[in-house]
Amino acid sequence: MARQRPNVFWMEKLGATVVPVTDGSRTLKDAINEAFRDWVTSMDNTHYVLGTVCGPHPFPEMVAWFQSIIGTEAHKQILAQHGGMPARVYACVGGGSNAMGIFQGFLDESDVELIGVEAGGKGLDTDQHASRMVGDRAAAGVAQGYKTMFLQDDDGQMLDTHSIAAGLDYVGISPILSDLGEKGRVRFEAATDDEVLEALTLTMRTEGIIPALESSHAFVQAFKEAPSMSRDEAIIINMSGRGDKDIFTIAHAFDDPSWKEFIIARADSYR
Amino acid sequence: MPIRAIFMLCCGCDVKNLGPAMLVTFLLSFTDCRLSQKNSKLKTLNSELKIMKLHDELRSRRDQKKILLMTHLVLGYPSFETNREVIKQMAENGVDCIELQIPFSEPMADGPVILKANQKALATGIKVEDCFEFAAEMVAAFPQVNFLFMTYYNIVFRYGEQKFLTRAAEIGMKGTIVPDLPPEEGESYLTASRALDLAPITFFTPTSTDERMQEVAAVGEGFVYVVARRGVTGEHTEMDKGLIEYLARCRAATELPLAVGFGIASRKDVAMLEGNADMAVIGTATIRLVDEQGAGAVGPFIAELLGT
Repeated sequence: MARQRPNVFWMEKLGATVVPVTDGSRTLKDAINEAFRDWVTSMDNTHYVLGTVCGPHPFPEMVAWFQSIIGTEAHKQILAQHGGMPARVYACVGGGSNAMGIFQGFLDESDVELIGVEAGGKGLDTDQHASRMVGDRAAAGVAQGYKTMFLQDDDGQMLDTHSIAAGLDYVGISPILSDLGEKGRVRFEAATDDEVLEALTLTMRTEGIIPALESSHAFVQAFKEAPSMSRDEAIIINMSGRGDKDIFTIAHAFDDPSWKEFIIARADSYR
Repeated sequence: MPIRAIFMLCCGCDVKNLGPAMLVTFLLSFTDCRLSQKNSKLKTLNSELKIMKLHDELRSRRDQKKILLMTHLVLGYPSFETNREVIKQMAENGVDCIELQIPFSEPMADGPVILKANQKALATGIKVEDCFEFAAEMVAAFPQVNFLFMTYYNIVFRYGEQKFLTRAAEIGMKGTIVPDLPPEEGESYLTASRALDLAPITFFTPTSTDERMQEVAAVGEGFVYVVARRGVTGEHTEMDKGLIEYLARCRAATELPLAVGFGIASRKDVAMLEGNADMAVIGTATIRLVDEQGAGAVGPFIAELLGT
């Protein structure tokens, strides 16, 4: 919860009760387990919908449909602004909801290349990442009610994951996306925490926008590939979230001295 | 992609018929007649074999007792040494079946006590292979007990479904309990289990319709695991008129023995089940007892439950 403190604050202000998970690795998978446990106990008066395109049927398709508005709008906007289809569409992939959302607008456009960017964390050669489709730590499995590529050991026990972006810190990936990956319709890449901070800095300085740490993964890959593309080709990067919510994490990662001073002074004033 | 609230708006889908055991899927179209045809073929095959099927074994035990007892433990928690002592006490005090739970990192149907036991067992570094070896030792040591594996499907899937079931049958296990595998998704598991004379245990829950109960029972063997209430393992279940009515509905849906679990913890609970079900299932209560008082307390607890 600490990594999402600003979101937790707003959720509470909006009237939600936010319950921290105390078991397991305390990442998204553990929150999903706990939500299921609550739901099987309270299904008389509770509906449960996963926030991402994962879980048992029909959640992946349901959530994909909810999110498809992103792709529908992006398709219209690129036609209006560019007069044609983009060459490539980039999206970060945790569970995969924003990626499924935007990709759906272009699945039928066979010339549009779709690129999903996973959390490379501290590097694919370490055990501190959350890349299911890139790297060799994931294998097919069945858990949390669905079959997909999971980061797991030889016995089928789920591995701990890491990403600077809490929203990408998850052991599984949408079964729809792993299928599209297997079929070659979506290409998967990974971006490391360091690359993410670098891309975020560049985006802020040159575009004046602040993407979320999750979305910054998509920017990393687009920045890597754009120089080798032609000038007439258009690309879409899905900025699925704003970085405001990540201010604590980003400031900490940059080890920003004036921010630290401010936090210390504020903490002192509360004592 | 900011993390979203886990509970979102109602989407209008009907989840009334889902119980904890069936939480992994919504009701899909069910190939009922195909399965029952296969069923009858296999039944003919099995009747030619001399091995006593688990449900027959339980029925004949049931003729001698008011109620049977199935106990449970998490393999490797707190250690195999303690497991060994606990099983000895259970066996010597007349337990009929023991569920050996192979720990999994995501035990979704389990409440806090069993969840923690899973995590702590895994933290000691135990592997599925160790569980098979330990189970083989227990089956050989206590032939009077019917041992079943309980685990989640990813463990079976990763090991290889056929390989897992074959190994379980070879070491003398009587069945498997896989709560996150709905029958619709488990056709190969059901078929392979029956061919190996391993009972695939299916579930009834309070949200199961009569029709669903009949479908589920038709593909199961051994007994039906009747989940006494909504929710996860380890919370108390009210032993009331509602439960008796639910058990009557279960009884009407199948001829298989009914094993009732989730929150059974005392002699009073077990007594309430006598005459309404065939077997009481004790899970969390024993784990809690071993945590608090050690393995030595298990024998007297079992004796007390059975009123012996």
